[in-house]
Amino acid sequence: METRTHISVQNLSVYLDGLRILRDVSIDIPDRKITVIIGPSGCGKTTLLKSLNRLLDPLDGVRVQGRVLVDGVDIYDPRTEVTEVRKKMGLLSQRPQALPMSIYDNVAYGPRIHNHISKKNLDEIVEHHLRLAGLWEEVKDRLGEPASRLSLGQQQRLCLARGLAVGPEIILGDEPTSALDPQSSQNVERRLIELKQEYTVIVVTHILRQAKRIADYIVFLYLGELVEHGPAAEVFANPRDPRTRAYLTGEIS
Amino acid sequence: MSRLRPVPVLRRRKLKERIFRALMAASVLLVVGCLALIVGTIIWKGLPAMNLAMVTQTPKGGYYLGREGGILNAIIGSLYLASGATLLAILFSLPVVLYINIYAKRNSRLASMTRFSLDVLWGIPSIVYGAFGFIIMIFFGLKSSLLAGIVAVGLLEFPIMSRAADEVIRMVPRELLEASYSLGATRLETALKVVLRQCLPGLLTAVLIAFGRGIGDAASVLFTAGFTDRIPTSLLQPAATLPLAIFFQLGTPFPEVQQRAYASAAILTLIILVISLLARGLGRRYTRHIIK
Repeated sequence: METRTHISVQNLSVYLDGLRILRDVSIDIPDRKITVIIGPSGCGKTTLLKSLNRLLDPLDGVRVQGRVLVDGVDIYDPRTEVTEVRKKMGLLSQRPQALPMSIYDNVAYGPRIHNHISKKNLDEIVEHHLRLAGLWEEVKDRLGEPASRLSLGQQQRLCLARGLAVGPEIILGDEPTSALDPQSSQNVERRLIELKQEYTVIVVTHILRQAKRIADYIVFLYLGELVEHGPAAEVFANPRDPRTRAYLTGEIS
Repeated sequence: MSRLRPVPVLRRRKLKERIFRALMAASVLLVVGCLALIVGTIIWKGLPAMNLAMVTQTPKGGYYLGREGGILNAIIGSLYLASGATLLAILFSLPVVLYINIYAKRNSRLASMTRFSLDVLWGIPSIVYGAFGFIIMIFFGLKSSLLAGIVAVGLLEFPIMSRAADEVIRMVPRELLEASYSLGATRLETALKVVLRQCLPGLLTAVLIAFGRGIGDAASVLFTAGFTDRIPTSLLQPAATLPLAIFFQLGTPFPEVQQRAYASAAILTLIILVISLLARGLGRRYTRHIIK
């Protein structure tokens, strides 16, 4: 048997109120690369992303078929501990969602939940991950301030730091720059590119240019169907499926 | 031809606009006017009877019939009673509200049934809570007491607090919950560390609304809290309350005692005002962390 990747999706179908949002998607997400999921609005990009850490669970009327293996464990197996699954993944949402607490407490939120850590260690953890997210210099003098006072771009990096502090192996991004100005977007993109040395990054975007800038691997979804996936350079230069070509050339969006 | 001058149709629309604005302004005036009128009457009628003894002494000369002494027993009694009842209501309504918002799916049957039940409970007249409290009291072999009053008023406050808190917690964006879940937090951790913090000012308001209703209600304590001239020193002793003090004082044939009823009403209103302001101030203090 070949060595499995961190995340392996097998015959995944997702239904929402009886409507099929994802149909029979199977894919191995390459480790330590940036995988970008592209496709027109409403094609199931976000659903696919959220199915990876079971964020679909709290929604009404959702049914999931198939398997998602994370490190060989099916996360939809009832015996699987959902908090452990989520611990392995940091999430960046469309709009940065800082928690209603101080900057420090935002980063410390995960570590405090998962481990019993001394105050001194916690300080180190917070600093380390704020640095990792490229936010430390901007906030080191005001860690006690409410996170809501940060700019949106800073909040998104705070969310990144907060996610990293849990010690994940995977970073999920759901159009993580869509609410940000160009500079902040660039900043976040740069972070993601640095982080792929150690993390498996999966990003959903509807911005093709962004996909071209950061993607190592492309997943193209169309109307809930996995149309094409492969190394970014190949897919962009030489799309096999006519629908991918149509999307890349802008015929469909 | 450009139509920069009003044509008949436009004039009619403008007239409508003006009429409705006037109506709305009149309603605002009515509301503010009512408040001013009530507060004015209470103060005007109660001020002559207001003195230090009112708020520092218990009644002298038999249950409120005397013209001497004060209503300290009712002030303290009401504060004890409403505080106890509010605590009791918090104890039950927070879990219910968190459950239907965080644990149950958003539009599940359970959640909507619970909301419906709360609405019905809200609509039940307070005298029924009083009667119900009385039955419970008899069942447990209790006499009319502070405890029995707390139970009855707590029941009265519970749906009010729950519904008000529910409205607040329902406004929490789903993405905020997802942010917490995605960090591996359980629902309980999310509820206690994120939702409660995000909703703190609104929840304070909910608690306050309930407290205000509780401290002002006469019917629910009529059979349950009992009558006394003394300040209760244990949960099992009867407790006087301000609304009942007002009721009995107004019911006497003596004008001086009736005047004291307005003084009591002024004190009750003042208590509610102070607590409102306090909650507002506290609420503002805790808004700094809120995510908009």
